[in-house]
Amino acid sequence: MDTTHTEVEIEVDGRAFRVPADATVAAVLLDLGVGAFRRSVTGEPRLPLCGMGTCQECRVTIDGVAHRRACMTPVRAGMKVSTDG
Amino acid sequence: MGRPDAIVVGGGIIGAACAYELARAGMRVLVLDAACVGGGTTAAGMGHVVVMDDSEAQFALSAYSTRLWHELEPELPRAAEVDRCGTLWVAEDDEQLEALHAKHAYYLARGVEAEVVDGADVARLEPNLRAPLAGGLRVPGDRVVYPPYVARWLVDRARDLGATVREGCAAERLEDRAVVAGGERLEADVVIDAAGVAAARLIPDLPIVPRKGHLAITDRYPGFCRHQLVELGYHKSAHTMTSESVAFNVQPRATGQLLIGSSRELVGWDASPNRSILQRMLRRAMEFMPGLARLTVIRTWVGFRPATPDKLPLIGRWPALEGVWVAAGHEGLGITTSLGTARLLADQILGREPAVDPAPFRPDRVFAPHE
Amino acid sequence: MAATPPAAAIPHEAAAPPTAGWVLHAEIAVVGAGPAGIAAASRAAEAGRDVVVLDAAPRPGGQIWRHRRREELPARARAWLERFDRSGARLIAGAQVVDAWTAADAWAAAGSRGAAPEGFRLVAEVDGERLEVAADRVILATGARELFLPFPGWTLPNVFGVGGAQALVKAGASFAGKRVVVAGSGPLLLAVGATLASQGARVAVVAEQASRAALARFGAALLLRSPGRIAQAARLRSALGGARYAVGCWVTRADGDDAVREVTLTDGRRSWTEPCDVLCTGYGLVPNTELAEMLGCGVDGGRVRVDEWQRTSVAGVYCAGEPTGIAGVDAALAEGEIAGAHAVATSGAAGTPGTAGAADDRRRLFRIRRREHGVARALERAFTLRAELRDLPRGDTILCRCEDVTRGMVDPAWSFRQAKLYTRIGMGPCQARVCGPACEFLFGWRGQTTRVPTAPAEVRTLAGESGGAGAEG
Ligand SMILES: Cc1cc2nc3c(=O)[nH]c(=O)nc-3n(C[C@H](O)[C@H](O)[C@H](O)COP(=O)(O)OP(=O)(O)OC[C@H]3O[C@@H](n4cnc5c(N)ncnc54)[C@H](O)[C@@H]3O)c2cc1C
Ligand SMILES: Cc1cc2nc3c(=O)[nH]c(=O)nc-3n(C[C@H](O)[C@H](O)[C@H](O)COP(=O)(O)OP(=O)(O)OC[C@H]3O[C@@H](n4cnc5c(N)ncnc54)[C@H](O)[C@@H]3O)c2cc1C
Ligand code: FES
Repeated sequence: MDTTHTEVEIEVDGRAFRVPADATVAAVLLDLGVGAFRRSVTGEPRLPLCGMGTCQECRVTIDGVAHRRACMTPVRAGMKVSTDG
Repeated sequence: MGRPDAIVVGGGIIGAACAYELARAGMRVLVLDAACVGGGTTAAGMGHVVVMDDSEAQFALSAYSTRLWHELEPELPRAAEVDRCGTLWVAEDDEQLEALHAKHAYYLARGVEAEVVDGADVARLEPNLRAPLAGGLRVPGDRVVYPPYVARWLVDRARDLGATVREGCAAERLEDRAVVAGGERLEADVVIDAAGVAAARLIPDLPIVPRKGHLAITDRYPGFCRHQLVELGYHKSAHTMTSESVAFNVQPRATGQLLIGSSRELVGWDASPNRSILQRMLRRAMEFMPGLARLTVIRTWVGFRPATPDKLPLIGRWPALEGVWVAAGHEGLGITTSLGTARLLADQILGREPAVDPAPFRPDRVFAPHE
Repeated sequence: MAATPPAAAIPHEAAAPPTAGWVLHAEIAVVGAGPAGIAAASRAAEAGRDVVVLDAAPRPGGQIWRHRRREELPARARAWLERFDRSGARLIAGAQVVDAWTAADAWAAAGSRGAAPEGFRLVAEVDGERLEVAADRVILATGARELFLPFPGWTLPNVFGVGGAQALVKAGASFAGKRVVVAGSGPLLLAVGATLASQGARVAVVAEQASRAALARFGAALLLRSPGRIAQAARLRSALGGARYAVGCWVTRADGDDAVREVTLTDGRRSWTEPCDVLCTGYGLVPNTELAEMLGCGVDGGRVRVDEWQRTSVAGVYCAGEPTGIAGVDAALAEGEIAGAHAVATSGAAGTPGTAGAADDRRRLFRIRRREHGVARALERAFTLRAELRDLPRGDTILCRCEDVTRGMVDPAWSFRQAKLYTRIGMGPCQARVCGPACEFLFGWRGQTTRVPTAPAEVRTLAGESGGAGAEG
């Protein structure tokens, strides 16, 4: 991960990470190697597809709110993210 | 196919059920739909199979139909999304609690399983409801289904029994023992007008008007609610032909989604979204379920209920034309009453003894003037 | 120009249906802060108009100028963003527009009497809060999305869109050290391949489905119209590192257990497999026309219909950039300027000097627009999708990723609506934004409908309530 940026601490699936402050949740989760942002309705693991807010494949739970688009959400200090991966 | 015995005009849930019922009785059936099977009001409704008690006749038809749904249930595939969730009617205050007890007594006296639960039990059964509520009435035999798929399935079963289906084929006119469609005159001994809210376009004397309703569907939140939830005030909203009303009516779908209703408006055929009534409807739902506020809605839509002046459907012979029958005007209860309607109509066509008194549903009954 | 939080919105005047909560007023509302939106907003704000710009992304720039730090951007992009900053337009970033209507229609629907109000209403969700904007004019610059076509394995993790991968990289993701295959169609493939290579990815192959003959014809057309682009393409190819640009080749399947491990490519005669950690796939762009549809604007063949001033069929609503047809960044900028300048001339208090632009300025913009649309037409012909792509989905290949509806579940003889009603295809949260255009290519299905909300929105947003202080007026 690019370390020239300032960092913030967020929690992903219960574990704390320092991540670039100006990245989106999707970018951060990909770099952390999360294997499934969500499970599809038949249980397949899914990662972001479009990266720009339309496909809805990147939905995760952010601060307790389900179905947030990770690709449209900038990280924020103290944010808690949970995935299906 | 040669000359059919029966032509069903309309492939909504009502026409589909009629086609299935007549095909099972050995008739050669032709189904015509102007658009596609299950694509009319049937594609816009909630799919709550519910026993209702606004009138004795409504109760008789809905309770009978619910039993028929129970019989059909084992045959329906998963895609029919049958959910045995039952209904929980909720009372906000003591006045409604009293009405709830009366409703309970009515159901018990007529053999419909129902159970009164107190406010604490309501909170336990449905933790996302606002607490405290005064109480609830649980009706475990009620169901939720996915109507457009069921309509398709019923038509496919009729097809298995020899029925023919023409989609994209609009009936232009009904005549004695005949339908004119696409410039062709199709003859049959039995012709059924099951064109839903458009039934009066074929038989202008039918007193059916469109009653618009909005619904909103959310993303998937499995377990958020477990019963179809309806406020007791729904009866008032549904029964009074006022120009507009909203009521709390939330349904858990088998997919884990929530379907949020409902509204009623008499505004003709205007299908555009009315944001002000949509807002009122959603606020009413949030009053009962505050946790709904942050769930995401993925789509909203409107549908037209085929409404009659006395809120009862029109089922039976249309005396002005030979061989013509009507099965239409089911307002907000047509998914429920589809199976009973089809059986009742088939009984009359085939000269069988009907299980429900057909008199209150006669299409040529005399109506009091519109309220 | 600071990003204005919705708290700066002013309370709505009492009792006007159908809204409650907070309403922000503006003379001109621009949706989308890509090149088209930036150009439109800058022109209008420079002329003294009160302009509000809404964009769902955290920063302005749209797809092509997406960035984390300005220094990353090319000079022209920086210049436009600085001009936008100085213009006085108010940007509300992270504002997903979810509904739009004409004030008069809502007035009528609510059964109100008297003189109907003028103008438009937009509802956006900003960080879960409802923001309503009232504007005299609306300029839609909502850009485009990618066209994805289904093939076996396309739902595997680490299969990204081509523009999708680019967007993720610009948002901070790294593909360094990954073995990447880029496959699909269009000029975007080379650009993204080059971006990924410069980032340290090992780009194995860039596979373009269009035939060499079609591309050669396109090259000839370009030489006539826009010779600079040939040099640009050559630069991109050298930036690819050792990667092969395989023309007339396409991916037939992707395989792997938890994630893609290899893809099978073919040129129609011969097939081979290519190991990879990441597959980027996309087949061109689809205009985002949903908000235009919501406002009742005419849309022909998937494009918003506009006149020479970028006016849609609804008086007061303009559209610029990709929703009017995929024509690239230069066309988007020109169209944005044209729309912005024209909206100035037709809005605001009477007597404000209308600076619709001098005649030579107008001629310049019209010329760019004409030229770029000419190039775009040649491009569209060159990158026409081959019929073989229709045969890729197998019975168990998913078409609708939201609902996991497979090819085997649908009957091509149905309409899209039938397929939707009987199988749930297109009913998920993306509302057929992905499978709709794919099914149009596969089966010729059209006729998806746009409904409120145009993107998933919280119940409270649609209920007219904002979550924060002063929720109810
Ligand atoms: C918002 C809403 C919520 C509802 N919720 C429920 C609920 O929870 N439970 C419940 O039981 N009911 C509910 N309903 C009511 C229920 O949906 C209807 O009563 C029922 O679908 C009516 O079915 P139908 O077959 O009569 O009409 P439709 O489904 O409209 O079918 C009529 C068919 O006839 C076709 N047609 C029309 N004209 C012609 C012609 N000239 N020639 C050929 N074909 C023609 C149409 O294309 C259509 O397919 C709800 C309705 C709405 C609007
Ligand atoms: C993925 C992708 C990659 C591209 N790469 C290149 C390239 O390398 N070279 C090139 O010449 N062209 C490229 N293009 C095309 C290029 O983006 C366009 O030519 C140009 O940017 C068009 O500008 P625009 O303003 O119309 O759209 P966009 O740049 O797409 O901007 C649209 C903006 O509107 C916002 N938006 C859309 N809907 C809403 C809504 N409902 N509410 C709020 N905001 C909304 C979006 O977030 C976005 O910021 C690419 C396009 C895409 C889609
Ligand atoms: S990746 Fe498609 S919506 Fe986020």
